[in-house]
Amino acid sequence: MSILVNAETKILVQGITGDFGGRHAKLSLDYGTHVVAGVTPGKGGQFFEHGSHKVPIFNSVADAATATGATVSVIFVPPPFAGDAILEGVDAALELVVAITEGIPVRDMVRVKRTMAGRKTRLIGPNCPGVVTPGTGEGSQGGCRIGIAPGYIHRRGHVGVVSRSGTLTYEAVYQLTSRSIGQSTCVGIGGDPVNGTSHLDVVRMFNDDPDTHGIVMIGEIGGNAEVEAARWIKAHCKKPVAGFIAGSTAPAGRRMGHAGAIVGGAEDTAAAKIAVFKECGIEVAVTPSDMADALIRAAKAKGVMLS
Amino acid sequence: MNIHEYQAKALLEKFGVPVPKGAPAKTPEDFVIALTELPEGPTMVKSQIHAGGRGKGTFTDGFKGGVKFCKTKGDAREIAGRMLGNTLITAQTGPAGRKVQTVYFTAASDIKKEYYLAILLDRAASRPVIVASTEGGVEIEEVAHKTPEKIHKILVDPAYGLADYQIRQLITALGLSGAEAKNAGKLIRGLFTMYWETDAAMVEINPLITTPTGEVLALDAKVSFDDNALFRHPEILALRDLNEEDPKEIEASKHALSYIALDGNIACLVNGAGLAMSTMDIIKHFGGNPANFLDVGGGASKAQVVAAFKIILGDPNVKGIFVNIFGGIMDCNVIASGIVEAVREVGLKLPLVVRLEGNNVAAGKATLASSGLTIVSGDTMADAAQKIVQLVG
Repeated sequence: MSILVNAETKILVQGITGDFGGRHAKLSLDYGTHVVAGVTPGKGGQFFEHGSHKVPIFNSVADAATATGATVSVIFVPPPFAGDAILEGVDAALELVVAITEGIPVRDMVRVKRTMAGRKTRLIGPNCPGVVTPGTGEGSQGGCRIGIAPGYIHRRGHVGVVSRSGTLTYEAVYQLTSRSIGQSTCVGIGGDPVNGTSHLDVVRMFNDDPDTHGIVMIGEIGGNAEVEAARWIKAHCKKPVAGFIAGSTAPAGRRMGHAGAIVGGAEDTAAAKIAVFKECGIEVAVTPSDMADALIRAAKAKGVMLS
Repeated sequence: MNIHEYQAKALLEKFGVPVPKGAPAKTPEDFVIALTELPEGPTMVKSQIHAGGRGKGTFTDGFKGGVKFCKTKGDAREIAGRMLGNTLITAQTGPAGRKVQTVYFTAASDIKKEYYLAILLDRAASRPVIVASTEGGVEIEEVAHKTPEKIHKILVDPAYGLADYQIRQLITALGLSGAEAKNAGKLIRGLFTMYWETDAAMVEINPLITTPTGEVLALDAKVSFDDNALFRHPEILALRDLNEEDPKEIEASKHALSYIALDGNIACLVNGAGLAMSTMDIIKHFGGNPANFLDVGGGASKAQVVAAFKIILGDPNVKGIFVNIFGGIMDCNVIASGIVEAVREVGLKLPLVVRLEGNNVAAGKATLASSGLTIVSGDTMADAAQKIVQLVG
């Protein structure tokens, strides 16, 4: 078991003929992921070739989904067109759209999110590393890798990881894998202020997934999504949870790389979020080097086996 | 991106938001010309810098107040002379302050009452929120803390836009009626249109005022824009004032690096925003002080690493460098060669600690070790952070 995607999931790539999208489509194919279609308007009928793989390209998401049975899309199209690309996936009634694109205007995302209300499609991102459900092969191959995360650092197992930041997710995953603790699914929800899926959404899924025994939740300054998730965890989640918040040293009012990483008020500082984590029974990683160990401490305290 | 008050006011007027009559000046010669555009009588002189708290600020020569009331235009001219070219320190500028390169003259308004009005993104709702309060001219954070019932919020549905009934709700909450209500309604409509159409990140009017004759005016204006949307607003991008930005940050943006100067002495070079923030945190945790935030991005090239080193070393406070790279897809050996090249090119004398992890890490570490350069290697983030803190002392 896993959340969102599994080894059988069929994915299509919007923007497969671009440099970025093409490079990562190849890495996903190498990982053993079922990349079954690409979408580039005007290039329908062509193929995306990589080794023995020959992935058909379609003009529209609807065509690609109908012809191949793809249920998930990953978006690599440039920011001015990315909002449109997301809605095309929604309109094709896909189960999941993962938007990797960084730099989508906030106003576009506000409109996209409003338009998605009541539709079946879940959006992850934008400005995110994607989703990985590790496989059982060497270097966790045979799993489902959607996005830009390095597949080989993962290991099949029972810890769920959710984070806004890409490299910080890799750091956590690497720490877990180095300690022989595998992951059920790793989800990067993205660093933008308006995104499709929140920390809480992912934490709920991990809580419901019998194969996930523990959770690492990584957040940062700005907004109150981590606080919302922490309060829910206190009330509903019995699984061990470790947390880390990046940005203790960030000056107020400055955007720290991620569009969403900005301290606006007293409640979205790292200190405020860490205080809530502690109050909600989340084992806080003292430094980013301590994320896996924090989860091990939390699991030990609850008598839960992580591997 | 932030803009100056005088630029914000010009934009507001374009969208039908009334502001006091005003004119900017960048040289003493311009003072006279600017002042001829204003009516005779009381005049305000306002230093134009991208930082708040100007009124309570002090100039480096001891002159007090970056915003001044003057009884006559003659006085205004004299005061403007004291401000222009002078450096203003406010609660938000840091100890170095900001050089005033533009002054803004406005006709002083007769104030009946001050209010607060702002539009920004409500992240939790993923919608624009209009925030209004009867408590204007003071720190809104303080109002929110002490008297939260005096803060009124309206969420705007992006599918329909701002509805008239919502404007009426705001006006009622502010206790306005008659001509004031009518004028405030028009102002709120114009302000929202501006926020939405220009892709503003925040529009803040503090204070918004009523006058004894029933006018409603934006007495001050703080406007910032969504950087991600500037590509479709060349007219907004043209308002960018590079004088207000750190030259190192400007240089960094030319190389697609995300750099923010801080006041410590340990420079950081990291890939990924989250990891870059955490690197600053871990330096602090072990007793050091980060000199900057620097994200070289997910696919940094050799050239970018070299540029990053030069930018970092442009800060005279830097006493040591911490490179923290998690090469997921990125090849650690490419980064390692970039570091070696950069160290040679800039003739680095300061201590350098490198923590490399991930793709092709063994080759990367070998490149560093065989370079003959004094590069300290750290195994984990914690190990490396402790080493650089110790080396810098």
